[in-house]
Amino acid sequence: MSSDSLTRRGFLQAGAAAAAITHLPPAIAADTFKPQARPVPAAPPQPVALTINGKMHTLQLEPRVTLLDALREYAGMTGSKKGCDRGQCGACTVLVNGRRINSCLTLAVAHEGDAITTIEGVARGEQLAPMQAAFIEHDAFQCGYCTPGQICSAIACVDELRAGTASAVSPDVRVVPQLTDDEIRERMSGNLCRCGAYPNIVIAIRKVAAQPA
Amino acid sequence: MQSFFYDRAADPAHALQLGQQPGARYLGGGTNLLDLAKGDVEHPLRVVDLTRIGLNKITENQGGGVRIGALARNSDAANHPLIRQRYPLLSQALLSGASAQLRNMATMGGNLMQRTRCPYFTDAAFDMCNKRMPGSGCGARQGYNRSHAILGASDACIAVNPSDMNVALAALDAVIVVSSQHGERSIPIGQFHRLPGASPHIDTNLQAGEMITAIDLPASPFARHAHYLKVRDRASYAFALVSVGAALDLDQGVVRGARIALGGVAHKPWRLPAAEALLVGHPLSDDRSRQAATLLTAGAVAFKDNHFKIALVQRAIVRALRQAGEAA
Repeated sequence: MSSDSLTRRGFLQAGAAAAAITHLPPAIAADTFKPQARPVPAAPPQPVALTINGKMHTLQLEPRVTLLDALREYAGMTGSKKGCDRGQCGACTVLVNGRRINSCLTLAVAHEGDAITTIEGVARGEQLAPMQAAFIEHDAFQCGYCTPGQICSAIACVDELRAGTASAVSPDVRVVPQLTDDEIRERMSGNLCRCGAYPNIVIAIRKVAAQPA
Repeated sequence: MQSFFYDRAADPAHALQLGQQPGARYLGGGTNLLDLAKGDVEHPLRVVDLTRIGLNKITENQGGGVRIGALARNSDAANHPLIRQRYPLLSQALLSGASAQLRNMATMGGNLMQRTRCPYFTDAAFDMCNKRMPGSGCGARQGYNRSHAILGASDACIAVNPSDMNVALAALDAVIVVSSQHGERSIPIGQFHRLPGASPHIDTNLQAGEMITAIDLPASPFARHAHYLKVRDRASYAFALVSVGAALDLDQGVVRGARIALGGVAHKPWRLPAAEALLVGHPLSDDRSRQAATLLTAGAVAFKDNHFKIALVQRAIVRALRQAGEAA
C-alpha cells in the first residue's frame, strides 16, 4: 500500500490485512524487515472473585481477560456493551467503587475486592434509577447500543458535578463550576452515540443533576 | 491480546522485586499498555499491577511545593484542592486529556510513560516504525504526517509525545522521583523524556529496574495567571494538534516570570528559557509574545502534511499568554 495515498479507508484495510496475516510467519508479513519471533507465555485461567452488583462471582479467567469480557462472556451479563474495545467509545462504561471507567481497558483480575456496578445493577429492584427514568422520559436514545454505557457514565457524571469537580470547559478550575449544557457535553465526551441522541441525553442528565441528591 | 502472567504488588518494595522478572511491565491504569497490547504493539510477558501499592497521595512538601504520588489517578490529581488552587495549569491540562472514564483510570506515572499516537507506531499493519521495530525505518517521514513533529525530530522518528499533562509539568518545572533496588533519584521533567535521535524506541531516560514513585512540583508563582490552550480537531476527547502551557507571574501588569511549554510539536514537551526571558521585565503584550513565539519555534521543520503547525503554534502561544494574563 502506498503511504503517500494514505486514507481512512487505507488504514482500515491495513488493519483488516493485519488481522488476516496474524498467523503467517513474519517473513510473509513483512518482506523488508523481519521482526524477531516473540515468546508467548501461556498463563492458565485462575479463579478470580468479582463483586458485581453486590453479588460475588468466582470466575475462571486468564490474566489477560478484560473486565468487559469477564462481565459479558464469563458472568453472562451482557448489559455492558463492546463497541470499539479500545477505550474510544464508552459503550463498556461501568462503575467501579462508584467511579466510571472503560471496562474494556482494564483487567478483570485487577478488580478483586472492588464494587463493580453495571447497568444491570443501577435500578433498585423494579424501580428504575433516576437516570434510567430520565433517559426514557426524554427519549435519550435511539438504537440503544450505547445507552448502558451512557447511563452508567451519566450517573457518575452527576456525582462528579455534585462533588464540585472541574472540567476542561470550566472557566476557572479554582472555583466550583456552574451546571451548564457545555459542562455536561464536555463531561460526557467519552460516550459516543452513532444515532446522535446527544441533545436529549444532555437534557436527561441536566434534569437529574438539577434534582436534589 | 497475547497471553501474559499477572502479579499484584503489595507495596513498592514488592513491586520493584516483581519488576525484575524477564519481560515484566508495570501496569497502572492500563489505558495505554493494554490498548497497545490489543493492537499487537506491546507484548508484555508479565504485568505487575501497581494499583494496590499505595503511592497515590497528594501532599504538601516543605517550602510550599506539592508531591503527587505516581499512582494517583489523573482525575484525582486534576481535582485535588492543592492542584486546583496552586497549579491550575496542571488541572487544566489533565482535564483536557482523554475522557472522564480514562482519567479515572490513568495514573500520573503512567501518563508520563504514555507512548506516541503516531499511527505508524500504533498500527502494527505498517511494516516501518523505528519505535516499534528498531531498524525498520520511519513510515511517517514519507507518509501521512499531519500530526507529527516540527521540532527536535530525527531521520529515524518524527513522532510526538501525546500527553497534555507532560506539557504542564514541563512548564511547572516538575521533578520525577524514581526508585530502584539501588535507591532513589530525581529527574527534572526536561530530562525525563528523550528526543528520538537514532534510538526512538527509547522514550524516556528511565533505566531498567526503575519505577516512578512521585512527581514533585516546586512552589509556584503561577497560580493566578496560567492557561493551557489545546488546539485539536474536535472540541473534546482528541489529542492535541498543538498545545501551549502558559504561566505568568505578573506584578502590576509587568512580567516577573514566564513559562511556555509546547505540546504536539516534538518527541517531548518543548521549552526554551531564552524565549521566556524575552517577556520578563516588560508589560505583557502580543508583540512581545510574538517575539517569544518566533524564538521558541526557531528551527522548526515541517513535513508534507504539517506545515500548518508552525503558524498555528506561534499564534497559539500568543493567545495562551494573553489568556494567562487575563486570568485572575
